[in-house]
Amino acid sequence: MAAPGELRFQEFEAAAELLSATPDATTPRAGEQRPGHAAVDVEPEDAEPPGDDSDRTELLGGQRQPRSFWTFEYYQAFFDVDTQQVLERIKGSVTPLPGKNFVRHRLRNNPDLYGPFWICATLVFALAVSGNLSHLTEKRTSPAYRYSPHFHTVTIAATLIYCYAWLVPLALWGFLRWRQSRGAGAYTFLETVCVYGYSLSAYVPAAVLWLIPAAWLQWLLLAVAALLSASVLALTFWPLVRADGRATALAVVAAVVSLHALLAVGCKLYFYQQPPSAGPAPSPPHTTPGAEGLRSRVPQLPGVNVSLPGTHPAR
Amino acid sequence: FAGLADVSISEDIPVEGEITVPVGSRSPDEDYSTLDEPVRDTIMRDLKAVGKKFVHVMYPKKSSALLRDWDLWGPLVLCVSLALMLQGGSADSKDDGGPQFAEVFVIIWFGAVVITLNSKLLGGTISFFQSLCVLGYCVLPLTVAMLVCRLVLLAGSGTISFIIRLIVVVAMFGWSTLASTAFLADSQPPNRKALVVYPIFLFYFVISWMILTFTPQ
Repeated sequence: MAAPGELRFQEFEAAAELLSATPDATTPRAGEQRPGHAAVDVEPEDAEPPGDDSDRTELLGGQRQPRSFWTFEYYQAFFDVDTQQVLERIKGSVTPLPGKNFVRHRLRNNPDLYGPFWICATLVFALAVSGNLSHLTEKRTSPAYRYSPHFHTVTIAATLIYCYAWLVPLALWGFLRWRQSRGAGAYTFLETVCVYGYSLSAYVPAAVLWLIPAAWLQWLLLAVAALLSASVLALTFWPLVRADGRATALAVVAAVVSLHALLAVGCKLYFYQQPPSAGPAPSPPHTTPGAEGLRSRVPQLPGVNVSLPGTHPAR
Repeated sequence: FAGLADVSISEDIPVEGEITVPVGSRSPDEDYSTLDEPVRDTIMRDLKAVGKKFVHVMYPKKSSALLRDWDLWGPLVLCVSLALMLQGGSADSKDDGGPQFAEVFVIIWFGAVVITLNSKLLGGTISFFQSLCVLGYCVLPLTVAMLVCRLVLLAGSGTISFIIRLIVVVAMFGWSTLASTAFLADSQPPNRKALVVYPIFLFYFVISWMILTFTPQ
């Protein structure tokens, strides 16, 4: 109803009023945490990832932007961490705090590949070296034992650990993306790999300390390490699957925790010489010819000492 | 093409002279062709360069000579000799023994490549081959340790020989790590130095482990 000139003038005034009312209004970026909204951050951030995810998966899939995938700078973005940050992330992966999600709290949209890769490498060599050393205790029970390096355990350990650290996150990520349509959230593939990689850091001191030939101590170490890192994993993935329904959520978390614990138990039984009082026989790579070999081939029940002629059972 | 500036072309004087091609940064002051020199000179020049780098590794100072004039002869010789010396380990079956030649070779070269990639990804300013050169040359103390271990093992393989070997290998492992850190640390961003040094530590640790666990037939 007003003249066009008057209308334009009014609009300008209204806009200026709005601008003066909120002088420091900024467009929120993905991942930015505003002060005072920390408690509510989970929901809006969970709602944001679809845009974020598709952006990253575009780059990760390499389908739509093949040029960026093949440049060196693309990979440099995954190594953008300082020493202090890596140490903080390692600490965060063994301290399960109920309120703090590892991905949101520690990674903060900056997942790195340095941690997963080198923690896995350390774990591989720690398992191989200390597993090899644990066979030296066999020397005490059978003096004819001849030490051999068993170098092929390095290859086996490497295959096992790297497969676990890459294939399990891939499966979990794929599953979560599939269920995303039903309300579950999802992290990017890189963040999932990052969480799994850092959670393996709890097993490194355990692998070294398993040298101590006391069965109760070994199982205690295993329980502590598996519990700490599995609970961090559970706390990380629980908020995602919670929205999907209680049964699915529990199933996913149970699968994650049990796979993690299974890895630890498998490594302990396969690579290490069991202490004499424990019982269960070690598996094939540890066979040596002669009477010592016979003892390792005889199946034993836990807690039962089988004595063979010519060997002295440790009592 | 500095040599071409001196050549003048005129119609009645036959053109003579030498066309020199710069050999590269390794010999900036050489303005004569190396085709005519005796073979001994050529070989000795390379050998001297390699030897000078060996000396640099054994007495590491922060000099840039190792980095500037990189070559891969030294690492190749060291790697092959280390892999050869690790042969002949005891084996009940093929699976139970020490590392095979190919395994040692692959571990050293693949490990060096991975560490180089790691330091470049973290923002290091060193070039790919310079880093390979330094990591390869710093295997020298461990090769010396392997030699000493084999000699000690000729004398016997009891507890005393094990202790001697342990001390030698640990000392040489420390020397290798310190030498390579001295050369490589300057080219890394300051707050990521530990991130770059740790894989180098792991690399030399694995090689030391292979040397220490070597048991002869």
